[in-house]
Amino acid sequence: MTDATASDVAPDTRATGRTLYIASVVFLCAWVIVPIYFLLINTLSSPETVNSFPKPFWPEFDLGSLTFFAGFAGMLTALKNSVIVAAMTMVMSIVIGAPAGYALSRFEFPGKGLFRLLILLTRAFPLPLLALPLAVMFIQTGLDDTAFGLALVHTTLAIPFAVLITFSLFSGIPMELEEAAWTLGCTRLTAFTKVVLPLILPGITASAIFAFVISWNEVFAAAVLTIENRTLTAFLLQNLDTSPLHLKFAGGFILVVPALIFIFAVRKYLFAMWGIANR
Amino acid sequence: MARIEIKNVAKTFGAYQALHDINLTIEDQEFMVLLGASGCGKSTLLRIIAGLETATTGEVWIGGRRIDNLSPKDRGISMVFQNYAVFPHLSVFENIGFGLRMQKLPNDEVTRRVERTAGLMHIEQLLKRYSGELSGGQRQRVAVARALAMEPDVILMDEPLSNLDALLRMEMRAELKGVLAESKTTAIYVTHDQVEAMSMADRISVMHQGEIVQAASPIEVYRNPSAEFVAGFIGNPPMNFLPAKPADSGKWAVAGQMMDGPGGGSASLKFAIRPEDLRLADTGFKAVAKVVEPLGAHLLVTCEVDGQLFRAVLDSDLKVKPGEVLTLTPQPDRVRWFDPQTTLAVA
Repeated sequence: MTDATASDVAPDTRATGRTLYIASVVFLCAWVIVPIYFLLINTLSSPETVNSFPKPFWPEFDLGSLTFFAGFAGMLTALKNSVIVAAMTMVMSIVIGAPAGYALSRFEFPGKGLFRLLILLTRAFPLPLLALPLAVMFIQTGLDDTAFGLALVHTTLAIPFAVLITFSLFSGIPMELEEAAWTLGCTRLTAFTKVVLPLILPGITASAIFAFVISWNEVFAAAVLTIENRTLTAFLLQNLDTSPLHLKFAGGFILVVPALIFIFAVRKYLFAMWGIANR
Repeated sequence: MARIEIKNVAKTFGAYQALHDINLTIEDQEFMVLLGASGCGKSTLLRIIAGLETATTGEVWIGGRRIDNLSPKDRGISMVFQNYAVFPHLSVFENIGFGLRMQKLPNDEVTRRVERTAGLMHIEQLLKRYSGELSGGQRQRVAVARALAMEPDVILMDEPLSNLDALLRMEMRAELKGVLAESKTTAIYVTHDQVEAMSMADRISVMHQGEIVQAASPIEVYRNPSAEFVAGFIGNPPMNFLPAKPADSGKWAVAGQMMDGPGGGSASLKFAIRPEDLRLADTGFKAVAKVVEPLGAHLLVTCEVDGQLFRAVLDSDLKVKPGEVLTLTPQPDRVRWFDPQTTLAVA
């Protein structure tokens, strides 16, 4: 078709654009899914298959590696510790972060801009830099090797996000709604619990989940500040280094899956958090 | 009885003085409109009465009770907001009943009052819906019903109709006026729309730069504006002004014409007349027509008299072409005079 007219060109470029679009989507999905897929395959394979090549497409459902982990001393305790620390982090970061977000959104006070900046700056100090003084301080106060102590550190990491996310959530609630509640017989507190809270609950949930995942994935502080009560990440870091390959895969799998399930369960709130309507 | 007294109320935001020493009394069951351009302080005054803003100085009394130190919920007021502020997470029923539930009224009483006010605002069929499923006009009705259900002493409205389209606004205007008259509450209504103000108010307070320039009945504000600002603000098109020089005692030279005016020996005055109080005659101002706008009911002619902008509203059957010289004579009893120094009306 050498005599293509102008009108023929348009569909052509559109088709190219579409192909490109689909290719990008496939590529991005593969980027995320393929490693997880291999993780799954290798976790559910016997040690021989893990070390062989090529890999089978379907896992052989050999639960050897997982059973080994289930029976591994300290494994379940570490899992429990992880959940406890993450849950404490989740609650503390919201309890401390949400009021700060509300204040930032609703009140004018001197140093507001600086405050917002400083919140972000807490993330500017690398954890390794803080680890030694923290460890010393924790030992002095007896917080070392406790779930609460570690949750405090994780809360510090999660708070900037909690504050900024709740700040934008509160800013999205018109002041008029609160004022209307006040004129209808509410105090500041009841207006908050009866009007503002129900409206931002999805967002608060998302921000809480975010804090949970931050804590769940954190390994450095966990490894430095706990010895007996290790969280799963610290526990696996300690033990997998010297383990055979198939156990490393299984360990990674155990680490990834709960976070995946958690995020999948609250995905619609995560969308709400990033400002995409969920109704 | 809910007579509202505002005594020496002033408000500053930092260095900016939003309200200057406001004194105003609103009688029981009166419909008072605060009218002014944006930024004149009318909303601030309303919010001070509601308790959403604190006055820098001054007192507010409702029904013989000083309320400016109380929180909004204890003032016996309810408020309708410009953006309706209908709670999105509650049904229309729960929205209207929100304040009643806060008062811990029994369920059947809540139901009775919600249904009654919903009936008043013609939204009985919407009670199960949510804000997201309502049109702007319906949300407006919910907001008004919610305020009425409280059976407040005073109902405060902050530009409640300004987000509705023109036709709906006209409809709601009449309806609101009727419902409020029936409810026998005192009402304060903030608007920048002079037609709304004229049509609904028992009394209008015209505000300008944080002060009440004139508080009087609509017709009084229209016919006898107390200051040049009011004369130029009220009426569409607004009043015409021409400079006047003293001639004999009680006689003033206005654009080459001799007019009867106030005595008293001022150095100069401003002559003012409404465009619709002019008619074509053999003697009078020589006006050069610039723009002719046939508006159906009448003909709006923008002309130039003595180098000044001058508008006349004439009979729509008249044929006037741009460039034509008209002779316009004012209706003598409708002429008003203003002092250019004080900008106040001169009798």
